[in-house]
Amino acid sequence: MITVSVNGETKSIEEAMSLEGFLTVLELNPKKVAVERNLEIVPKSTFANVTLENGDALEIVHFIGGG
Amino acid sequence: MRKASDTWSLAGKDYSSRLIVGTGKYKDFEETAMAVEASGAEIVTVAVRRVNIADPKQPMLVDYLDPKKITYLPNTAGCFDGASAVRTLRLAREAGGWDLVKLEVLGDQKTLYPNMVETFTAAEELIKDGFKVMVYCSDDPIAAKKLEDMGCVAIMPLGAPIGSGLGIQNPVQIRLIIEEIKVPVLVDAGVGTASDAAVAMELGCDGVLMNTAIAEAGDPIAMARAMRLSTEAGRLSYLAGRMAKKRYADPSSPLAGLI
Repeated sequence: MITVSVNGETKSIEEAMSLEGFLTVLELNPKKVAVERNLEIVPKSTFANVTLENGDALEIVHFIGGG
Repeated sequence: MRKASDTWSLAGKDYSSRLIVGTGKYKDFEETAMAVEASGAEIVTVAVRRVNIADPKQPMLVDYLDPKKITYLPNTAGCFDGASAVRTLRLAREAGGWDLVKLEVLGDQKTLYPNMVETFTAAEELIKDGFKVMVYCSDDPIAAKKLEDMGCVAIMPLGAPIGSGLGIQNPVQIRLIIEEIKVPVLVDAGVGTASDAAVAMELGCDGVLMNTAIAEAGDPIAMARAMRLSTEAGRLSYLAGRMAKKRYADPSSPLAGLI
């Protein structure tokens, strides 16, 4: 197991998990979110190719109501 | 009589509605969707925030307002420095795939007045990165001109503090900005009721952007419709050209033939 930080919370996940796999675990639709990994945007087209590493800091955002 | 179609062009795309509405502060997403519908808006502002990973099945805005049918304008509300505004909009672009954005860098919590120094820095970086930037700004005509020269696609001065509903407090400055600026000028913030929207449009604004005036009205759906009508009425009034103001009365009925 490795640990990653997601929106400020620490999560334990299996090793060698892809970002796409992790979003599935979180029950999030990859089409509706954007992800920043260690302060760098991860292009949606590469979610499946990105393997999460121990200590990664992820920000997962979406659109909400706003003025 | 002018032709019925009176579109305006923003970053190369034509829009019929001159009213842009925010999607915040509503009771729920159903009410948001109904208010947007009643307003006739073709563009809505949205915020970018962290997903609640503890409750991923929560309803999402995109399930109620289809981004294929309505233009989402991601904003940077809540950003108090240029760097976080740029970071937010880069994420927004990745989330939605749109490069039309609303830049808003705030100066302090009490006034939510724009921090223009940070706004300039962020606008420059975003434009360099290919974004089409609509910019919330102070009502300073010189600052507005500089933002246009940098390449912003719309200039959006405040009419009064965000969420205050005080109406257009600065008609002289707004008019000066409209006279100088060639890209669309929209009053962003300050509208409280329908007549305020008409005032903004009668000054010659290309459009008006509001959120709280609709969302916090007693009946948001009815107010959304009122805003739609007043924005149109103000625009028509501007195009028609108002009568000259006179110091004294001038009878409407002819004096000739008086018995």
